[in-house]
Amino acid sequence: MDIIDRRSNPHGKNLENRRRALGRARDAVQEAVREAVANGKLREAGQGNAVSIPADALHEPGFHRVFSTGERHIVLSGNHEFSRGDRLRRPPGGGEGSGGGGSGQASDEGGGEDSYRFLLSRDEFLDLFFGDLELPDLVKREIAATETTAPSRAGLSNDGSPSQLDMGRTMRYSMARRIGLGRPKPTELKEIEARIAELEDTRPLLDADAEELEALRERRRAMRQRLNRIPWVDPVDLRYRRFAPTPKPSTRAVMFCIMDVSGSMTERMKDLAKQFFLLLHVFLEKRYKTLDVVFIRHAETAEEVDEETFFTDPRTGGTVVSTALTEMLRVQRARYPVQQWNIYVAQASDGDNSPSDTPRTAELLESEILPLVQYYAYIEVMGSGAVIRGDTDLWRVYREIAERQSQLAIRQVSDRKEIFPVFRELFARRTAEKAGRV
Amino acid sequence: MTGASVQAGKGLLYQGADWNFHIIRDCYAAIGEIAEKELGLNVFPNRIEVITSEQMLDVYTTNGMPVSYSHWSYGKRFAGHENAYRRGLMGLAYEVVINSNPCISYLMEENSATMQALVIAHAAFGHNHFFKNNRLFQEWTDPSQILNYLEFARGYISRCEETYGQEAVERVLDAAHALQGQGVNRHSGSRRIDLHGEQERARERRAWEDQSFNDLWRTLPPVSDPEPLANGEKSALRRKFGLPEENILYFLEKHAPRLAPWEREVIRIVRLIAQYFYPQPQLKLMNEGCATWVHDRIMTRLHELGRIDDAAYMETIHSTTNVIAQFGYDQGSTSFNPYALGFAMMKDIARICSDPTEEDRRWSPDIAGNNDPLGTLRHAWAEYRDESFVLQFLSPRVMRDFRMFRLLDDTRDPYLLVDAIHDEAGYRDIRRTVAASYDPSAWYAEIEVVDVDIYGDRTLRLEHRTRQGQLLAENDMKMTLKGLADLWGYRVVLQEVDSLSGKLLASHESLATA
Repeated sequence: MDIIDRRSNPHGKNLENRRRALGRARDAVQEAVREAVANGKLREAGQGNAVSIPADALHEPGFHRVFSTGERHIVLSGNHEFSRGDRLRRPPGGGEGSGGGGSGQASDEGGGEDSYRFLLSRDEFLDLFFGDLELPDLVKREIAATETTAPSRAGLSNDGSPSQLDMGRTMRYSMARRIGLGRPKPTELKEIEARIAELEDTRPLLDADAEELEALRERRRAMRQRLNRIPWVDPVDLRYRRFAPTPKPSTRAVMFCIMDVSGSMTERMKDLAKQFFLLLHVFLEKRYKTLDVVFIRHAETAEEVDEETFFTDPRTGGTVVSTALTEMLRVQRARYPVQQWNIYVAQASDGDNSPSDTPRTAELLESEILPLVQYYAYIEVMGSGAVIRGDTDLWRVYREIAERQSQLAIRQVSDRKEIFPVFRELFARRTAEKAGRV
Repeated sequence: MTGASVQAGKGLLYQGADWNFHIIRDCYAAIGEIAEKELGLNVFPNRIEVITSEQMLDVYTTNGMPVSYSHWSYGKRFAGHENAYRRGLMGLAYEVVINSNPCISYLMEENSATMQALVIAHAAFGHNHFFKNNRLFQEWTDPSQILNYLEFARGYISRCEETYGQEAVERVLDAAHALQGQGVNRHSGSRRIDLHGEQERARERRAWEDQSFNDLWRTLPPVSDPEPLANGEKSALRRKFGLPEENILYFLEKHAPRLAPWEREVIRIVRLIAQYFYPQPQLKLMNEGCATWVHDRIMTRLHELGRIDDAAYMETIHSTTNVIAQFGYDQGSTSFNPYALGFAMMKDIARICSDPTEEDRRWSPDIAGNNDPLGTLRHAWAEYRDESFVLQFLSPRVMRDFRMFRLLDDTRDPYLLVDAIHDEAGYRDIRRTVAASYDPSAWYAEIEVVDVDIYGDRTLRLEHRTRQGQLLAENDMKMTLKGLADLWGYRVVLQEVDSLSGKLLASHESLATA
């Protein structure tokens, strides 16, 4: 008999099979992932999650007979009360009833296959979620792809510059070596020397003492020799802190989220906007190593706030959109030089603006902001009655600009379910379009 | 060999729950001694592999094959098992054993020392003896070569994927997997295949095809329209194609006109692996019954001999009792737990042999009171399959213990009729029905290739012999038929025919993807 311990064998034999199963059911998985997001669980979902996909996406067919009509016998166990000739009502769902109508489609699936749950990693999840979406403009990213490096701590090494000597480690090794090689302790030597001195001073010297003196001298000699041979700190003990160059991402992006929080924005509308921002955030986070997010909210005035406040703190008041754009420009100039950052702006609003401000907004947008940014997405969230209402001021102006400037994309959204399709539309691969233009 | 009894007095093998490799070795030796000397078991050499629970999930996924090629269906199964396990719906089996020579048993590292001993007795001796001695396993499987063959299959399929692309290989595998149930010569023909020669042959076949390929053949002028075939020619054709043919995978491998050589080989691999697994479902009841009876007997003996302590023996009983629980119909059970029924029958046979009642003498005159329970059991394990075993050995006593009753399900009636219960009048009916439910023809659809229109549009005709009201599940049938048409390359027609009257019940067809 052989016993083999396989516990340390490589695990994850089925990773490849799992990948294939996911690939096979790709459409169903994608559906499930998007469902998860549409149900407003994006934040958790973005962290990687379980998705259930219906069994028929992974069904393995075969020839099976199904009993639908006729006679058959079944033997069961556990009879407590029946005798021959008893009649039992058919259990619900078991038989087809008197008609025998269905062809047994439900039962042939059998075997308890209802759905399969796959735990997806964050990357898998996002890959599936975004599918074929593409960043709108990768020019800058390609240019900026050269990575700079910066030193970062990476363990210890045997050599290095004296300034990087790690004293603690060095002494630990030194002590280990001294103990290992049996270097005599200086105190021990001192004791022996004291005893020798004492004996040397003794007169007359007895024979026994003379012998001890001789032995001690011999020992002192050996100890001194050993002390000289085994140094306190040896070059082999030295340890230096090591630094390794690590690439520093220079593909950095900043995302400005601008939202109207004035009185006319209802909770539902804010919620729609929030969904859109979250999507954009997850999307950009996946593509860029560093992603900063700046939240700017505005009513009559604009201010930069943190995420929590941005989404939860209610505000009321009128609406002056240009204040938000000015604030955005201020932050950008102060912190995000355009040479080093890819700039994205997502603006959500119900389209209301004070009439006198609209021309100023358009002016700011077209001449100052659009030249700086990779992409500017404007989402207009509509109330339920919005279908009847005509275009808003802001929409009309933005549309004119969008016709001239391809960085600006504008869409209207009225329902939660539309968020993802709109997002897709905005970020769908534009290769065909680009090729057409050339 | 038998009849000898192992002497006591070597002290405890272990105490407590912890185990190490020495304990396993000692247990194995003690168990082996009892199994061979007292029970007279005859086993393949054993190989015991200790694995983690995660690896156990991997083993599950591939039906216990230690190596297998990559396919999405395994990924699906893995996800299913993993979830059930994570959510606590399913405890992992303590062991998985593979019908190979050497016989591989997997032990999970989480098991206690007692469980390891129990598993060794159950798998490494119980199942192992059954694999080696049962006639059906001997006829259908080649345990000494299966591991090598699986290795070969995995290598071959991954090479195909490299050469022809994963998608092309998957197309063939999917279609062939769907036909797995039709990949065995149930009623005729050679059974056991020499899997070692198989690999050699595959290599030679391909080499020969490459060498003898001559492009000139392609330039031959096409045969002018053949005359309609005379009857004699038709039957010659049928002979040439070996019609009717129940082994659809074999037929495709040999005769499908448009398959590339590697595609035929992939089909062959699926077919041979399907054949390797073919006996298992027909022997589940006996196999588990045999293994459970063996471990129960051995653990009891170990306790009697003072090799395990009371706590360990209690753990054994507890575990065995869990495994052999049989729920009644009112607890939602619709079938018999093979461990429960198998174990009960084995125990019952031993009882009938050594301590028969008057009833047993009437029902089983040939074994009652023969005082050779071990010999009788070993004979049963070797010569029967589940169906015939039940028909021969299911005794009134077991039927009463299980409180069996029979229902007549006639879909014309709005009710189910109890037409036999565990009494004198019902024993035979019940036994016959239980046995029939273990008959493979009860769950394999009988489908045959009956005709090929080789000089016309090459339509392949299949026939499913069945009865009114027992047609093939429609969706599955359509998908399978589509895959079959893709492999065949031309139109495929499947007719469902009443096996008694010959009346046509339904007809389906599928075209190959252009």
